Amino acid sequence: MANPHEHALPAAGLTHTPGHDAAHAHEHNPNLQHHFYSMEQQLEASTLGMWVFLVTEIMFFGGMFMVYIVYRIAYPEAWVHGSNHLKVSLGALNTGVLICSSLTMALAVRAAQIGSRRGQVLNLLLTIVLGTVFLVVKYFEYAEKFELHLVPGPDFNSTGVIPLANDPTHQQLFFSIYFMLTGVHAAHMIVGIVLMMVILVMAMRGRFDSSYYTPVEISGLYWHFVDIVWIFLFPLLYLLGAHLGAHGG
Amino acid sequence: MSIPFPLLPPSASSVSTEVDLLYLFITAVSAFFTILVAALVVIFAIKYRRRHADEVGADIHGSLALELTWTFIPFAIAMVMFFWGADLFFRLARPPVDAMEVFVVGKQWMWKVQHPEGVREINELHVPIGRNVRITLGSEDVIHDYSIPAFRVKMDVVPGKLTTMWFKATVPGTYHLFCAEYCGTKHAGMIGQVFAMEPQAYEAWLAGGTGASSVPPAQAGEKLFSEFACITCHKGDSSGRGPILSGVYGSNVELADGRKVVADDNYIRESIMVPTAKVVKGFQPIMPPFQGVIGEEQIMQLIAYVKTLKPADGQAAR
Amino acid sequence: MSNAVQPRNSYLDAPYGVAAWLLTKDHKRIAILYLISITLFFAVGGMFAAGIRMELLTPRGDLWTPDLYNKLFTLHGVVMVFFFLIPSIPAVLGNFLMPIMCGAKDLAFPRINLLSWYIYLLGATVTLAAVFNGGLDTGWTFYTPYSSVSSQTSVTTAAVGVFITGFSSILTGLNFIVTVHRMRAPGLTWFRLPLFVWAIYATSLVMILGTPVIAITVLLVGAERALHLGFFDPARGGDPVLFQHLFWFYSHPAVYIMILPGMGVISELVAAMSRKQVFGYSFVAFSSLAIAILGFLVWGHHLFVSSQSIYAGLVFSIISMLVAIPSAVKTFNWTATMYKGSVSWESPTWWVVGFMGLFTIGGLTGLFLATIGLDIHLTDTYFVVAHFHYIMVGGAIMAYMGGLHFWWPKMTGKLYSEGAAKTSAVLVFVGFNLTFFPQFLLGYMGMPRRYQAYPDEFQVLNVLSSAGAGVLFLGYVLPAFYLTYSIFKGAQSPANPWGATGLEWTIASPPPTFNFDEEVIVTEPAYNYKPTREVHVG
Repeated sequence: MANPHEHALPAAGLTHTPGHDAAHAHEHNPNLQHHFYSMEQQLEASTLGMWVFLVTEIMFFGGMFMVYIVYRIAYPEAWVHGSNHLKVSLGALNTGVLICSSLTMALAVRAAQIGSRRGQVLNLLLTIVLGTVFLVVKYFEYAEKFELHLVPGPDFNSTGVIPLANDPTHQQLFFSIYFMLTGVHAAHMIVGIVLMMVILVMAMRGRFDSSYYTPVEISGLYWHFVDIVWIFLFPLLYLLGAHLGAHGG
Repeated sequence: MSIPFPLLPPSASSVSTEVDLLYLFITAVSAFFTILVAALVVIFAIKYRRRHADEVGADIHGSLALELTWTFIPFAIAMVMFFWGADLFFRLARPPVDAMEVFVVGKQWMWKVQHPEGVREINELHVPIGRNVRITLGSEDVIHDYSIPAFRVKMDVVPGKLTTMWFKATVPGTYHLFCAEYCGTKHAGMIGQVFAMEPQAYEAWLAGGTGASSVPPAQAGEKLFSEFACITCHKGDSSGRGPILSGVYGSNVELADGRKVVADDNYIRESIMVPTAKVVKGFQPIMPPFQGVIGEEQIMQLIAYVKTLKPADGQAAR
Repeated sequence: MSNAVQPRNSYLDAPYGVAAWLLTKDHKRIAILYLISITLFFAVGGMFAAGIRMELLTPRGDLWTPDLYNKLFTLHGVVMVFFFLIPSIPAVLGNFLMPIMCGAKDLAFPRINLLSWYIYLLGATVTLAAVFNGGLDTGWTFYTPYSSVSSQTSVTTAAVGVFITGFSSILTGLNFIVTVHRMRAPGLTWFRLPLFVWAIYATSLVMILGTPVIAITVLLVGAERALHLGFFDPARGGDPVLFQHLFWFYSHPAVYIMILPGMGVISELVAAMSRKQVFGYSFVAFSSLAIAILGFLVWGHHLFVSSQSIYAGLVFSIISMLVAIPSAVKTFNWTATMYKGSVSWESPTWWVVGFMGLFTIGGLTGLFLATIGLDIHLTDTYFVVAHFHYIMVGGAIMAYMGGLHFWWPKMTGKLYSEGAAKTSAVLVFVGFNLTFFPQFLLGYMGMPRRYQAYPDEFQVLNVLSSAGAGVLFLGYVLPAFYLTYSIFKGAQSPANPWGATGLEWTIASPPPTFNFDEEVIVTEPAYNYKPTREVHVG
């Protein structure tokens, strides 16, 4: 600089407190990372971080819901008839499975809070099993759509499952959004199951107790979010055409 | 002093002078504020330059009066711009009813034009001065944009729908025509010329040139109407399996699900391409889709034909 | 002076080595990693720009093939927007300074911070794979149905690259938001925060709310192209204009991701170089939030001629007018801050003055485009190109360069050549205006964007523009030399070379690994310049 000497100016409104170094001043938990001052601060930061992440997830799904809404308003008939090609029974079954998994997830967090290792392991295992059941049911639903040629593309409706009168052109849009929404949701389920497996291993090693259970809690937030997305998907995709009866599509 | 480049494009339509005025108004406002800020910054930097190394600035924190001033003055100026621009936009966006209609179809990478008398041209557009010209735009592939800078008009050409723009040329001449929306390899080659002509010259051009073999769009549409056997269902009386088309253009149509839509260009286009999307109340969704069967030009000709079908008696379209 | 002139273990020193850097969780080292990566991408994007300007020297498209030209401007846009501008100030200066300004030892999630850099690299690698395997010619806007049906290039790969890069941005924004909320030192209330932190916070809000939407949008385009799902393709019943709505819902706020941090930098620099409290602190702070929020409501002004409803057009036009107000408020406040200040003529001031000029022009020309009746003529022309370069290059990069020069002594502990820095600032300012001002005139003449060839009467202005690009190139290359030189041969910087307030100037240059040796307690507002010589630093 032209004038590279130190200026004698007050530097911010800052005072250091000599002799009080927080990092070493008091006993602290081995799980406390160096840049946090306290376990409370660390838990608050992690929880807020997960909530912020879930906000981004809402915006992410929001983009697809926007596409859904725009075309649903433009082509209501095609939407209703398209919906009728989905199996309400399987969708309802999966809804139940996911609600149960949210319960087991909540119980796993509770078990971590009260320091029950057995409770954590059992409930996390149940959560993983229920999540897997969901994906298996989803697989059978997808397989049926492939058989009926209801997968968008050149072969869409090549067997004529959808009568001309029910606007197959725009039902193709419905099925595109169906596959996109449920596909992205299923990807989130897979991520959730892998996450639960990691938490399960950590729980089996006794990493969590009443003083430190942040990972269980924020993974639980994620799991509940993925469930809630499904709670929206089920009526929006499956129940629209229910009033038409079994073969009105 | 001569400038080696032009500052304004040719001004050749009924709105171009006003667009230029608006442009110059905002330019003047912008120049004023740019010079104001630049002058203040330079003056302050010189006048209050640091005299010695330990000097600090005056202890000033702000002024509510000043903040409000420089919030509301820009707001007021912006609102003037908004209302002027909105007023202009309304006139630009709504074609006059008496306009002559020219059909333009964009495809990679050319413009196909058809005049109401049936004359066709490619990458050129001949128009008479002093007449309102409405252009109906369709695309056969990707999004294009029909831009005539001398007229200060521009409109996207969107596949899957028809868009419109209009202008009234005022000065005879030859002007640029550009595709303004990026459309692939030869985007920069999707250009042409607009010839604004005296009415007599335009008539002469119509009569000469491409000759009498060209059929007016409405007639071509009528021919298509029977070729595609539309006529077997859309009959002149209520005995047909499809709705009567006389007087339907521009009317309100009630759909099977109770919604009401205006039967405009895009409604008719959709009803030909994907007839089951919006079915008229009281009719069965039995019409086959023509998507992939007929092109945008044919669609425009069919619409031109439907427009000519006036209600048979006093039964005005509602 | 009493401050440690020779830092005891600075973050640059121990532990040293490639592995220690590549696995670092230190926000300052991660900032340096970003600095190196984005500088490389700036050079790559600049080379594409050079290709564009060389082609446009002549009216005939005679230098490159049309397909190559289309790839050049597409990749220029993609690289500059996603791999340089969006990470530039937040990921480099924000990463380095924001935790220090908050009195924190690090960001809330150091590992996620490192992860976001790796995600950025992965996204960049995938995108570059698309470049070398077929290229990309859709324009950075990816408009359908051209991108999903017509283009013969590697659109799917590039879309995946952009999708991945989005997560880097999301994680950075998330980390910043949590840090500002939860990591501030005792006594550091919201209204004692430096305005840079406010700006970074507002930017982070835009990042977390907007980026997921572009992520899903490019994913939909990729799915439409690769999996034959139908969303936007009219042949499959879709509406291509819906894509534009989704795209601009992110990409207009993305402009604010680029310029808001620049505004934050300028607030810091104006105060420090004038040694004065920022005029109207709370107005400047809240105007950042106002821009972030209003920025989400104006996307439709990119669609005035797209066949959207004319009433929607009017609404987007008036809100776009409103978003200009907070920017005007900021500009006037910065100007007023210099009034009765102690204005230094050291190099950061030169960048600030350049920014003020260019940003004012950039902002005001936005009014032309928000005026809906006029935008019909101007949209899709070079006027738009000139306008957004004035904001993104004249505004954001000018601020980034100013910030880099201001904090360089802090980041590296070294002083650079003042004369060279001022020369660079002047070159950039002159070169920039010469490059982009003619484009306003070209735009009003009607020259469309993305044209490889153009009518003869546009040549003079295009040659001026290309000549300016040459000057601009020199202005940007020069700092690469003298800043690099300073690392090896520069004089040691004191802790506070500018005599500025702010927590970052109370610690050594370069800072120690954990920023502060002792717990920080803040008792005063930011920019509290007092005409005394007393120093009270522990």
